[in-house]
Formats: sequence, structure tokens, C-alpha cells
Amino acid sequence: MSQQAISNRHGEQDLIGRLKEAQAKFGHVSEEVMAELARSLDIPINDVYGVASFYSFLSTQPLGRNIIRICQSLPCYLKYGQTIMESVAQEIGIIPGETTADGKFSFQLTNCIGLCDRAPAMMINYDSHVDLTPKKIAQILGTYK
Amino acid sequence: MPQENIVLKNCGVIDPRQIATFLERDGFQALEKVRREMTPEAVTDEIKASGLRGRGGAGFPCGLKWEGTRKAPGGEKYVICNADEGEVGTFKDRYILERDPFTLIEGMAIAGYTLGAKTGFIYLRAEYHHLFDLLENAIRQIEEFGFLANFTIEIREGAGAYICGEESALMDAMEGKRGEARYRPPFPTTAGLWGKPTIINNVETLMNIPRIIRNGAGWFNQMGTERSKGTKVFSVSGDVPKPGVYELVLGSSLRELVEGLALAKNTKMIQIGGATGRIVPYEQIDTPLTFESVLGAGAVIVFDQSRDVIDIVHRTMEFLAEESCGKCTPCRQGTEVMVETLARFHRGEGLKKDLKDLADLSEVMTLTSLCGLGQAASNAVTDSLQHFKDAYESRVAGN
Repeated sequence: MSQQAISNRHGEQDLIGRLKEAQAKFGHVSEEVMAELARSLDIPINDVYGVASFYSFLSTQPLGRNIIRICQSLPCYLKYGQTIMESVAQEIGIIPGETTADGKFSFQLTNCIGLCDRAPAMMINYDSHVDLTPKKIAQILGTYK
Repeated sequence: MPQENIVLKNCGVIDPRQIATFLERDGFQALEKVRREMTPEAVTDEIKASGLRGRGGAGFPCGLKWEGTRKAPGGEKYVICNADEGEVGTFKDRYILERDPFTLIEGMAIAGYTLGAKTGFIYLRAEYHHLFDLLENAIRQIEEFGFLANFTIEIREGAGAYICGEESALMDAMEGKRGEARYRPPFPTTAGLWGKPTIINNVETLMNIPRIIRNGAGWFNQMGTERSKGTKVFSVSGDVPKPGVYELVLGSSLRELVEGLALAKNTKMIQIGGATGRIVPYEQIDTPLTFESVLGAGAVIVFDQSRDVIDIVHRTMEFLAEESCGKCTPCRQGTEVMVETLARFHRGEGLKKDLKDLADLSEVMTLTSLCGLGQAASNAVTDSLQHFKDAYESRVAGN
């Protein structure tokens, strides 16, 4: 990826925005991308890694094409979010933190996603799925390629 | 005290994609009024007189914040809308943004006028990515109608971090850094984004601004209690038949919200303000909802009699340990130690001395943490030790 040092009119380097671009393009932020960003922005690579590893929507490890994020916070827990985690795990055969062998899904647990009035909830990529029941899971996952 | 739609008055009434439906109400009349009739000083005086306090959880007097930023030396100043709603159990800002982005932008434009700022930012959490287009559409329509004059509003999207809802961490994130809380002073009023004076307000706070300007501080401060004026928008979830968003005049009772509106039954306790909030036992359900008692950002999670207090507090602490930014020791280490200790109680292996250790550690974290996260991280522990001590004592090993 070719990156040029761009500072916008606020003198802003927008490192996070550019990490997110790389993430969207390559599915994760590789060491090469971090090195190139560090060079182009003239900052230490440690700083780039420090930022890339800080935020939950950035990953320094390769991920699947679709990222499932099931909410593990209290309002979803109270509505039996655990059963949703179990049925996702059963459906795709992996546990949270893993990626399926075919690279289709990565499975993560996330903290509150602000859908508590319709708990339990999850996000797949940026899509919200609410009022979940174990029965709905297969059908929802089936809509992702 | 009654339910009152002031902040939410356009929600469900206007089409958030059509500015015309907003203009049919009283859209932009407040902005036009400040530009036509009011000096920046008069605007901050009006906000001060209204008694409006920040709706993001901390409750800082909004007028003082605006006045401090207006008076701060420096030509370049910024306005930020904090739409990084990450507190557990909070979804009212999402509800507002989905239904009435226009009033929010009007509030930001009034802040911009007051500071003579050229740029405002909406910092939107990554989890609310689906609102990006809606907000951008609203900004574009408002620009086309010429209401923003020479004020520009840009959206910056977060990348997933609870701590970035804390204002100084949010500004670090906007500057492309790890979102870690800053040492203060200096405060954002004098040195905020890129070191410039910055007004940073929660979505709901900014929603109140056009209402106050249009109807006057005297109208606003008739509502509420002596130190909590206006209304509050609450997010109710958990063991209730009717979870959702409710707006009440400040000072209304917790019972009215939880039992009256959300129809809760058989309640054991309520967590108000999310993971860093307070735990209120059912016996205190007549507590008024005010800044003086309990409020936070208005997250109200209801737990019925079937719930285990230790399990709830343990999960709360797991969340905080994970989301601590790690910059200051009392928060980074304190939350971890609390998770370990609470896990022991959860397994029924608590130690007698743990009870005192938890209380001592709570005090240290509250007194010495760098930001609100660490300072309030032990609230659930402190409150549950006070109201549900039996639950802990019954889990001491050997009991």
C-alpha cells in the first residue's frame, strides 16, 4: 500500500482513519502496513503499533471476511446472550477469538454496543442484529458470504 | 413529576432524512435568534442562567464550560459533540441521532457561534457506523440551506474503545493516538483538541441548547430540582417488560421510571449510570433521579430477584478491567485485583480479609485514579458491600 504523508488543514495526521482504511482493504493491519505508515507519517513504528493494538475495531492479526461481535455486557447477559454465543459457536464450529478455516467468519465477544433495549444483540461487520434467539442464528449467518 | 419530551420532541415526528420536516417545526429558529439578537456573551449567560448541566455523566455546568472556552485566549477554537456513547446500558444518544440529527447540529452551530469557531466535530463510536450516512446527509442538507454560514461540521469515527467516551481520551483519539486520559489541568476549555480551547459536550447536552435559546433560561430552570434543571433522557434495559428510552423531568422518582413506565416487577436492585454507576437496592426505589443523588448518563439496568449480586458486580468489574486504558496504576491494577477477588466470591471461595481489602482498594482507586473511569470503577463494589453484604459473607470460604 502506498501512503503519502498527508496532514489536513488541522495539522491532523488521522492515523486512526488510515489504519481503518488499511483494515477495510486488507482485513487487518499487517506489520508491513504499520511500517509504511510509520515512515510516511514520520513517527516511530511502536506508536503505530500502540494505536493499532489499542482499538477493538483494528486488528494486527488476519481476520475472516465477516466479523461476528456478540455483546457480552450486562443487558445482553440478562437476556441470555450466552445462548447466542453457544449457538454461533455450534453453527460455525469455533469459539470466541478464532477464525473459521475457510476464512469466512471471525468470532469475537464485544462490550456494550448500545442495543440494550433489543437485547441480546450482535454486530456482523457493521450490521446490527437484535432480539436474537438461538433459532435465528443459522438463518442470519447464512446471509453472509 | 411528569414525563416530558423536550429533548425528544422531534423524535418520531420529523423525518431525519428531510430537513423540510424539521423546518416545519421550529428548526433553526434558535440559531437565527442568536445570530440576529444575541452576543456570544449573552448566549453563555443564558446557558448559565438555565442551570443546564452536562448529560454525559459528569454533570458539569454547561454554561461555565462554554464561558471558559469563550474567554480562553486563542483564535482557533473547536466544538466537539461526544457521540461515543459506550457506557453499559446506554443507548439514548443512538436513539436521538437516529431520529433528530438536525437539533444536535443546530446546538453545535450555536456553540460554534459563541466561540467564533470555524469547525465542529461529531465523534461517533465505531459501533454506530450505521448512523454515519444519516448524519452526513443532515449536515449536507443544512449546509445547502445556508444555516451553517462559515461553520463546518465533520464526522470522525472511533475505532472501538470505551475510554474514548472520556473527553480527554476522545481528543487523544481524534489526534491519532491511543485513547488515554490526560492529566488535568489544563482543561479542554483552554487546551483541548490539538491544544486549542474546545467545547466538548454530550449529544443530549447539545440537544438542550436550541430549546433553551428559543424558550429562555427561565422556562428551562422551572423544571427540575435546585441543582438539576430540565429533563433527562434515560435508557432502560434489563429485567423489564418495556425497555427503551424515556425522558423525564429531573427529580422524578426511580420508581416512576422503572415501575411506572418500564413496568418492572419483582425488582431486586437497579444499576444507574452503567458500569461506573451506582447500585440502588429496591428499598430505595423512591430515590429522586438527580445529579445530587444518582444519574450518570442515565443508563438504568434493572435486575429482578433471580439475579446474583456477586455475579453482576463481577461482570461489571470484568468490563472495566478490559476497558481501562492502562495509563494510571490504580485503575489498571485495581480493576484487575478486583476481578480476581470478586471471582473468588463468585466461586464461594472469598476470604474474610477480602471484604476489608475491597473497601480499602475502592478508596485508593477513587482518590488516586487519573480519570472518571478509575475514580468510579469501584462504585458497584462499594454499593453492593453496603447494601448486599450478606451476599459476600455467604460466599466466604468455610461459611
